Amino acid sequence: MITKEEVERIAKLARLELTEKETEKMQKDLSDILDYFDLLKKAPKSEKASSQKPGICTRKDEVVAQSREVAEKLVAASPDKEDSYIKVKSIL
Amino acid sequence: MELTELTIKQCHEGLKNKKFSSRDLTLAYLENIKKKDKELHAFLTVTEDLAISQAIRADERIALSRAEGQDFPMLCGIPCAIKDNILVEGQKCTNASKILENYVASYDATCVKKLKEQGVIILGKTNLDEFAFGSSTENSAFGVTKNPHDKTRVAGGSSGGSAAAVAANMACFTLGTDTGCSIRTPASFCGIVGLKPTYGAVSRYGLTASASSLDQMGPMAKNVEDCKIVFKAISGKDKMDATSADYKLEESEVKLKGIKIGVPKEYFGKGLDPEVEKIIRNAIKKAEDQGAEIVEINLSSSEYALACYYIIQTSEASANLARFDGIRYGRSENGKDLLDVYLNSRGVGFGSETKRRIMLGTYSLSSGYYDAYYKKAQEVRGLIRQDFEKAFSPSNDGVDLIFCPVTPFPAFKIGEKMNDPLSMYLADIYTVSVNLAGLPALSLPAGKIGKLPVGLQIIGNQFQENKILSCASELEKIIDKNV
Repeated sequence: MITKEEVERIAKLARLELTEKETEKMQKDLSDILDYFDLLKKAPKSEKASSQKPGICTRKDEVVAQSREVAEKLVAASPDKEDSYIKVKSIL
Repeated sequence: MELTELTIKQCHEGLKNKKFSSRDLTLAYLENIKKKDKELHAFLTVTEDLAISQAIRADERIALSRAEGQDFPMLCGIPCAIKDNILVEGQKCTNASKILENYVASYDATCVKKLKEQGVIILGKTNLDEFAFGSSTENSAFGVTKNPHDKTRVAGGSSGGSAAAVAANMACFTLGTDTGCSIRTPASFCGIVGLKPTYGAVSRYGLTASASSLDQMGPMAKNVEDCKIVFKAISGKDKMDATSADYKLEESEVKLKGIKIGVPKEYFGKGLDPEVEKIIRNAIKKAEDQGAEIVEINLSSSEYALACYYIIQTSEASANLARFDGIRYGRSENGKDLLDVYLNSRGVGFGSETKRRIMLGTYSLSSGYYDAYYKKAQEVRGLIRQDFEKAFSPSNDGVDLIFCPVTPFPAFKIGEKMNDPLSMYLADIYTVSVNLAGLPALSLPAGKIGKLPVGLQIIGNQFQENKILSCASELEKIIDKNV
């Protein structure tokens, strides 16, 4: 069973606000699922990690220009903006 | 026959021969949606104005082609619906999440663009589990989609709205997405055909990313031929998706006679409903009767697939969903500082399954647990891929296709698995390996248990959609899907 403190630590890393009730339920659900994940300990060792087929996922690192119209729409979709900028709370 | 019962090919012929117009078709579908969707809830948005204006344009295009003695594209004038995690410019794209409740798409997804170029009619956006996390659409923030065959049961998920819309004749075809089961399970539960293409066969540009190494879009339709038509229209290389492949469906006919079909014994063990097994075994027998050679195969790492999948899926999803921060788009909650805005927006905007998956993924990727979970899962993914490589290997006297169930059981009752996330995950036990290995697979209606449809899963090697579609089409003609 993972601890309540651990759930709270992960929630903070994940940038999630959880209510007291959610934290409690999360503790139980995560514990059940993580216990199930332990099945992998039985799996044979393999040197070869695999994601998708290598070779098809590479491209040149290049900037593809987006049309101004789309760019404006993207900015317009943000909750808080000024001119053509997205506004955030001050960080420093 | 009602207009809304026609297949794509039949609609195309009717449009060509002036039996009806695209406007007639569109209005018939909109009428059906009005009549049925209050109860079924397959749609999150009905784009009536867009549909009618597209239909008028399609009719003009068809008339012009006719006058010039030319043919028009197969999908011109055909009404469809799009899963609500795929962008349609100017329309809401909610992902069935409160955090994107009022988000309006700024551009078209590549597959939507391709469909629009052919002249399709977009009737609306279909329901799903929030961010496609689920197997039943019960995780939709806007309510569950009911199964048209039994309204007390789920339509499957996460593309449940797309499946129910086709099954209830509320769209001629739909687009779905499949990260672990999400086209095949609802197709199976609703008795329609759904194709999860090879990873990279269809561009993912304009799809809200769930787990980027697993996600794939695909067609859901009334029959195999329709699926093939739509797949042909949406597949191929796209410069906006680096993982998309330069691939064109070859169209040679592959007959069941003489091909080798593998039946993985790991997929017929404990937990499989005997009624489902009977239907799948019967379908395998039918293929054998047509002259296919049936062999038992081993996919020995199968028992690890589900755990492996849920570690990788949640890890990638936790990273992908970091973009929903209350700053760039979607719902934003107030806070005293930036961190507070993040915490509050995400805390209020995400539903419980989404939070659970973000938490699981964050845990698996966090310092101290990375090796035991994420790294180990990537290794096991390699083993699962090797199992399939071996099974399909020509040098190893391998098989052409694999036949197995889609799910261990037919559509379950609404609410039945909602309090036990792990039992919900177990519904995906026969489907997730396909995504981990990047393979194509199709769900073909193979029979019914009472009112409830059961799908046969046909898995092929990478980029062998033609073999799958060809054999499925032959089998479709000889299987009575209503027994």
